[in-house]
Amino acid sequence: MKNKVSGSDEINDFVSSSFKKINFSKIENLVIIGVKTRGEFLGQRLVSLIKEKTGKSVPFGTLDITLYRDDFKNKTEWPQLKKTEIPHDIEGKDILLVDDVIYTGRTARAAINSIMDYGRPSSVKLAVLVDRGNRELPIQPDIVGIKIETSNDETVNVFINEVDKKEEVEVIKENGV
Amino acid sequence: MAFNRKNILSLNELTSDEIETILDTAESMKEVSTRDVKKVPALKGVTVVNLFLEPSTRTRSSFEIAEKRLSADVLNFSTSQSSIVKGESLVDTAKNLEAMGASIIVIRHSMSGAPFVLAREINASIINAGDGAHEHPSQALLDLFTIKQIKGAIRGLNVLIVGDILNSRVARSDIFGFLKLGANVRIVGPGSIVPDYFKDLGVEIYYSLEESLKNVDVVIMLRVQTERKSLEFFPSLREYSKFYGLNKEVLKNANDNVTVMHPGPINRGVELTSEIANDPKSVILEQVSNGIAVRMAMLYLVSSGEKK
Repeated sequence: MKNKVSGSDEINDFVSSSFKKINFSKIENLVIIGVKTRGEFLGQRLVSLIKEKTGKSVPFGTLDITLYRDDFKNKTEWPQLKKTEIPHDIEGKDILLVDDVIYTGRTARAAINSIMDYGRPSSVKLAVLVDRGNRELPIQPDIVGIKIETSNDETVNVFINEVDKKEEVEVIKENGV
Repeated sequence: MAFNRKNILSLNELTSDEIETILDTAESMKEVSTRDVKKVPALKGVTVVNLFLEPSTRTRSSFEIAEKRLSADVLNFSTSQSSIVKGESLVDTAKNLEAMGASIIVIRHSMSGAPFVLAREINASIINAGDGAHEHPSQALLDLFTIKQIKGAIRGLNVLIVGDILNSRVARSDIFGFLKLGANVRIVGPGSIVPDYFKDLGVEIYYSLEESLKNVDVVIMLRVQTERKSLEFFPSLREYSKFYGLNKEVLKNANDNVTVMHPGPINRGVELTSEIANDPKSVILEQVSNGIAVRMAMLYLVSSGEKK
């Protein structure tokens, strides 16, 4: 069973509400990092919005957490490795991580570990488009676009223009009822 | 794109898609070596054995660094320290290492085909780090990777391999690799060590270095392998060097933006002059750094995903 829960309006709202929560007094110290694949484009949109509204260029990087996964060995599908590009020294910076969905918290854990290998940031905050609950680790996002109650047999898919040619968040129930 | 192989034994058996997958993965791995902390946890808890039954410094240290950057537990093994001197067979040695929990065995052996025997008998993943005069897959993959980084693409390039083709495992792997990715491959050297059966693969054969260099984009110099009896095939090193040694003058026959490679260790003054070795056209040290990224990719790919 498919259930469309939101579309492009909610995705735009997420980007603009993330913008509003930025501490502009410390914007010189901000680095935005998108978690691949879809977090990269959400992060990029936030960077463009900041540029448009304030004229400031915030350093932007992307992170592929494949090498930091804790389910690496029991994964049956082959996890394709993508490129991580952290262009700036992140020592002492305020990092804003952007991802599409937070679920168990394991991706966020991996992303934080990965960032720590590049240096010691002053702070790390997390912005996610969808919080679908069911956390397995004590990790909470700082900025949330949409909160959805889900169960473990459901899948949440985020589609965005840059990758999927559409803007949509859908929930699929695995067993079809 | 997927990589379902448990072992990497030869370039001959890899498809062009699989080779591209290794090169793309190596691209991501290269970034790890630029970080403050040059380590990722991908192979945490995985035991890798480097079973090097033939002398090697470059390849063994490169594999060892690659393994450590992926957080694997590494065990190094060489003939002099092993029970092989007590008469234990290769398969028995490997089975014992496997019983101790090794899940990847990187093997270098003086006999062609040794890694294939292990792959048949052992459940652990086998990576061929050079077998006799047969293949040296990681060297060819790093050559391909280096050229791809410099030239952007492999397809359509004219690649020349110079020297002891007959005894060289690097040459065999390079020939398969460059042909599979669409390059034109030429070989040149004294007739006694440039077998003409490579024609059947579509390789062009030359005996004159000057002629063979025309329109060439990449020159791969092979080492004169004194330990593998290269010297029995031509009268003297001096004569070899006179006819097939690379110097600034003869290199002018190639394209202006030609890239010179050598798998190392180089014999300065024999295969190439010091002037060439130190020229910006030569990428010998880039090859060595890229070797780590490529070997990380190989280790990562044989240990991830579902294997057939």
